[in-house]
Amino acid sequence: MIRSRRRHVVHTAADYHQSGSRLLEVDDLKTHFVTPRGRVRAVDGVSITLDRGRTLGLVGESGCGKSVLSRSIMGLLPSTADRTGSITFAGERLDELGPEALRSYWGTQMSMVFQDPMTSLNPVMKIGRQITESLEVHTDLDRGQARETALALLRSVHIPEPERRLKQYPHELSGGMRQRVVIAVALACGPQLLFADEPTTALDVTVQAQILDLLNEQQRERHMAVVLVSHDLGVVAGRTHDIAVMYAGQIVEQAPTRTLFAEVRMPYTEALLRSVPRLENASHTRLAVIGGRPPDLIDPPKGCRFAARCPYVQDRCREEQPPLIEAETPGHLFRCWYPVGTDAGKEALERNLAAELPQAAAAVTGELAVEAS
Amino acid sequence: MPERDLDVAEMPSLTPVSTMEPVDLVRADGGVPLTGKKARQGKLGVIGWLSISWLALVTLAAILAPILPIDDPNQVTASIARQPPGTDGHIFGGDGLGRDLFSRIIWGGRSSLLIGTLSVLLGLVLGGLLGLVAGYFRGRADGVLTGGFDVLLSFPQLILALTLVTVFASGEGVTATRRTVVLILALGVVSIPVLGRITRANTLTWTQREFVLAARALGAKQREIMFREVLPNVLPAMFSIALLGVAVVIVAEGGLSLLGVGTQLPRPSWGNIIAEGRSELRDSPHIVIIPTIIIFLTVFALNYLGDVVRARFDVRESAL
Repeated sequence: MIRSRRRHVVHTAADYHQSGSRLLEVDDLKTHFVTPRGRVRAVDGVSITLDRGRTLGLVGESGCGKSVLSRSIMGLLPSTADRTGSITFAGERLDELGPEALRSYWGTQMSMVFQDPMTSLNPVMKIGRQITESLEVHTDLDRGQARETALALLRSVHIPEPERRLKQYPHELSGGMRQRVVIAVALACGPQLLFADEPTTALDVTVQAQILDLLNEQQRERHMAVVLVSHDLGVVAGRTHDIAVMYAGQIVEQAPTRTLFAEVRMPYTEALLRSVPRLENASHTRLAVIGGRPPDLIDPPKGCRFAARCPYVQDRCREEQPPLIEAETPGHLFRCWYPVGTDAGKEALERNLAAELPQAAAAVTGELAVEAS
Repeated sequence: MPERDLDVAEMPSLTPVSTMEPVDLVRADGGVPLTGKKARQGKLGVIGWLSISWLALVTLAAILAPILPIDDPNQVTASIARQPPGTDGHIFGGDGLGRDLFSRIIWGGRSSLLIGTLSVLLGLVLGGLLGLVAGYFRGRADGVLTGGFDVLLSFPQLILALTLVTVFASGEGVTATRRTVVLILALGVVSIPVLGRITRANTLTWTQREFVLAARALGAKQREIMFREVLPNVLPAMFSIALLGVAVVIVAEGGLSLLGVGTQLPRPSWGNIIAEGRSELRDSPHIVIIPTIIIFLTVFALNYLGDVVRARFDVRESAL
């Protein structure tokens, strides 16, 4: 992991974009939901690429479109969803495929691990059956072979006494064990791309690291591409090659993991980083929070979508939406008029401090005085 | 067919699907009210075992009626007409015409239980299938099917069954067997919307579960998901309502008997024994009271077991 990340940093822009092992290419993806209140722009113009065997972290707070993005790519959307843009997977345009053709990709080519192992396993089906189910749909294995494969899968996700587990029901297993089973089910047909949609959010903190390590290990062994969706930058930090930060349906900053942490440009990413609790902080240190809440996705603000909560906000931010531009480091994209770590950003923050803008003061002191509106 | 809806779950800034507890629509729908503490815990308890024993006894007697050492239910013995229980060794006494009441009740159980189980089975299969389709696919299929259920439910149930029996099995030359078959079909039609709605309501909540989405994400076909993932979860609720349904149908057959379109005489059913006996109520109340007690015990046992079934599977749910 670490070595490949280092290698990545020394890539030039040219070979970054000409990689021959491109697995997934999403271009200007928009997923809108038609509701009685209006169109909810859950994903609004997202472009990402992912190479084989690599891990992309998708980060953002609740309701910013992370889950909808991964489900849009897979095509697992309700009928009220309206999806546009192109999705190219292993050279095939997924967005042009009908539901039947798409179904042949699910499980075998791409697969998903869901957030809550309590609800993503069928309570009335034995563990063994849940694993062999997709094997029987997609392969010609007979029952005995399917059972052997299921056993091997349970072993590979480090479940003790796999023979006994096959005959057990989900409620007989702990949360962590259940999530291991969910992972085994998702991996059963050897997908090339795995979406892990907040795979540890519903789990005990002590189990979270184990599950993430397991995902990493499986990703390495199978040379599988992984999209790791999380609201926790700490979760994705050590385990991804690249990180895309989403806010209000858009990608606001995207970079190789190390670059992102070293050269934050987008104030939202900075705010997310600050809100991760740190061990070196004195105990009882107040946790920095981001005041306010994400904008209404039915009627997003015309300027920068983070403007209302941003410590660096200027008049221009409220009027004009910043485009996604490339920073000095190749592959590092961000959306901001007054980026963090630049003179323009520093001046903007000073102006806001002088004007006693509450979120600017909060950003400096770490204390949230007034909720930003 | 339209794609399965997931809308609420995917909406930004709403509660994620996993934190939504499934609403117990069976009870919200006016379904099974829980009767006792034991039943609420899903345990059989003494009453449960008594219920099972009673139902086993009644069923066994009904099945074995032809070989049991009892009188012919249609044999008239003038000396026991209207006589109270115990007369001349006839433990339940005689009915208005002098037929052995014990034998008629056993043979009557044959009709009542047959009509009860078969018509509910019909409702369970058809109503269950339609409800499953409505709840799983939602959208237009749901609109049409739920509309159909509502239309059926808006007829007074007894009048609907009465009309069907009158049209298809009344008048001269109708055999008792034909009458029974039409009764089963008529009461089956009446139970379709009830079971259909319960199944639909449960299917709706289970279809929202992530494992259904997970099965889709693994490439399972809609039909496979519907029958293999959703149906087994909905079955307990369907089964518990079906037990209740058998009880309701037994009573309904009695109601039709009072209106003269129940099981064709002289073939006995619990309902038509009461209907026939009501003219003797003043002098020989036992002719009405005994079958009424039998019906009461059977209905109670079915309801109680329905609750136990429901609660038992609720326990499994809460353990998750």
